[in-house]
Amino acid sequence: MTISRRTLLGTGTGTALGLLTACGSNTGRDGGDSDGKGPKLSQWYHQYGEAGTEKAVKRYADAYDKADVSVQWRPGNYDEQTAAALLTKSGPDVFEVNGPTLDQIQGGQVVDLTDLFDGVKDDFNAAVLAPKTYDGRIWAVPQVVDMQLLYYRKSLLADAGRTPPKSLDELVDTARELTTKKVKGLFLGNDGGAGALGGTPLYAAGLSLVTDDGEVGFDDPAAARALSHLRALYEDKSLLLGAPSDWSDPSAFVQGLTAMQWSGLWALPAVQKALGDDFGVAAFPAAASGAEPAVPVGAYGSAVSARSAHKQEAKDFVKWLWIERTHYQRDFALSYGFHIPARLSLAKKADVLTKGPAADAVRFATDNGYAEPLRWTPASRVAYQDALSRIIKSGANPESELRSVVRKVSAELDRVRKKSS
Amino acid sequence: MSAGAARRERLWRRLAGPQNRNLWFWVFVGPFALGLIVFTYVPLGWSVYLSFFDAHNTVSPSDFVGFDNYTSMLRNDAFTDSLWTFVVFTAFIVPTTFVLSLSLALMVNRMRRAQAFLRSVFFLPAACSYVVAALIWKMSIFNGVRFGLANTVLGWFGADQTAWLSTTDPPWYWLVIVTVRLWLQAGFYMILFLAGLQRISPTLYEAAAVDGARPGWQVLRHITLPQLRTTSVAVTLLLVINAFQAFDEFYNLLSDARGYPPYARPPLVYLYYTALGQGQNLGLGSAGAVLLALVIAVVTIGQARWFGLGRKAD
Repeated sequence: MTISRRTLLGTGTGTALGLLTACGSNTGRDGGDSDGKGPKLSQWYHQYGEAGTEKAVKRYADAYDKADVSVQWRPGNYDEQTAAALLTKSGPDVFEVNGPTLDQIQGGQVVDLTDLFDGVKDDFNAAVLAPKTYDGRIWAVPQVVDMQLLYYRKSLLADAGRTPPKSLDELVDTARELTTKKVKGLFLGNDGGAGALGGTPLYAAGLSLVTDDGEVGFDDPAAARALSHLRALYEDKSLLLGAPSDWSDPSAFVQGLTAMQWSGLWALPAVQKALGDDFGVAAFPAAASGAEPAVPVGAYGSAVSARSAHKQEAKDFVKWLWIERTHYQRDFALSYGFHIPARLSLAKKADVLTKGPAADAVRFATDNGYAEPLRWTPASRVAYQDALSRIIKSGANPESELRSVVRKVSAELDRVRKKSS
Repeated sequence: MSAGAARRERLWRRLAGPQNRNLWFWVFVGPFALGLIVFTYVPLGWSVYLSFFDAHNTVSPSDFVGFDNYTSMLRNDAFTDSLWTFVVFTAFIVPTTFVLSLSLALMVNRMRRAQAFLRSVFFLPAACSYVVAALIWKMSIFNGVRFGLANTVLGWFGADQTAWLSTTDPPWYWLVIVTVRLWLQAGFYMILFLAGLQRISPTLYEAAAVDGARPGWQVLRHITLPQLRTTSVAVTLLLVINAFQAFDEFYNLLSDARGYPPYARPPLVYLYYTALGQGQNLGLGSAGAVLLALVIAVVTIGQARWFGLGRKAD
């Protein structure tokens, strides 16, 4: 164990003797109760880009007095790291996860957290709670709601005499008109949108990835029509490609490389700082007549590893931090990056979310938000994303590409259905 | 001394060998052999074992599926495409690197001055990491915006900006992948060729000159290349092995937070995403790894036969 100055200060109320025994009995994570702070828990976070987040989560962990929680801040491929760590006992006790995936739940790698939600379940954003729920049990506590949306430069749109696009057709036209020798019309990510957009165009066409009863949700001609618009954007050379930083970073937009960019709500403070009032936000426009626009919402959740030596203590800690300590949840969501609190009661009270583009974003999340269903497994996502990339970049036929995706996805849905029975 | 103790003593003598040779053999070889077993053979065997199970998110699976993983991997066009990617890449990069490093070696070898300097200059990139080089290629030389190096140069001639890594028609991404590997590798193989060249006896060239061989192509064809045969075989083998291991520059050039595009995806990258990505399908990934290992084994044996490796020198 590395003892940071912070933990030393944190345990300063204990006696020096307590500290010494704490060091002496250091055998990793299953230390005893020698310093009166309870068992040792390790908690993992992925690396957040916003300054101050790491200090904040360490501060929360230090304030917990029933266990000695050490925070690990993990840069790099976080999903791969946690997936591998969950196979062993030396992994985290408590960890945040962009999931958990259906296979992690079915494989018994995460602990059922349903009883933590007693009396507060209705206070959580239902859209992001749904993918954490399987078989009526809840497997992670949503920390904050993230969403993605379209940023546009008001001045550039006004110069070209355009209004924010209301339909996908309009988006294609607007992007073409805004493209000049120096500035591209739209940035959907360096891969042309296959990764960042994912299922969004399908939802904007009134379809879904997986239906509520577990069938393929885009076996429909409207899907091919929606995706062929993305090809049009690429063919018109309206898309910015190969930018030094990818879509999740607002740099390309604030540096004026593109007039519109698909990015996350987290980028809003940086955009606001750089451009002041000269920007607006929009949802992904409707891709079929009569359909509604769409924005993806999702949440990192806090989960407990089934291989933890202190499952109950870990659950208690998760309950304390992500259910009971609402002022920490508020601080985590709003003080560093820019996220919507996962608790409805907190989201309502958040002043910064009530005005300007932020208020628009919250409205999109509420009215047009969709979360990727739990049954949309990584294997399905890869098959779909590959096809989308071929449609956009190589001009592959959307109908035949989607037919083969539908075949693969329904095989994958059969697999997970069989496993649950 | 009792009879039992004497027998034990004799047994120990026999086991330790004359002058304790067996003992010393194991002292020196043992740690290495142990490491090899623990870190190579056990994982290898485990991987073969996993390939017969439905092993999602587990390394101790219970759901035996026979050859299902193998059939689904062979029917999976993403995997077969990745094998093709790999064949095309190898077929291109091996001869290209070979010719380039041989030409560099021939040129540097003819220099009378500054030979040591040029040798170092060409060799230096070999000391650079694949990851770092790939990032420089991606971010500054071949980025898609107008201030990228390649686009700036093309801009002087009035060409439009090109998104090098995102353009599949024509497949510009190959230009990026191939140039980074050439830059990193050519110098290293140049050194191997230089060493080979310097071992060729000057008397051979003198004799050729006396016999009226024209300097240039004729000498190269009939003296230099035959004399370089052993070096050439070694270089080709190393190049093919390196091409098999292609991962670093592909991954760092083309992957992003949401995955990897469906083009220029060599098998190692594809299997990495299948087995170790969020999918964690270790059974399917292991089956792919075993198939890949079989392909590599066949190619290597074929190559060894072709070059007559292992045959006694005549």
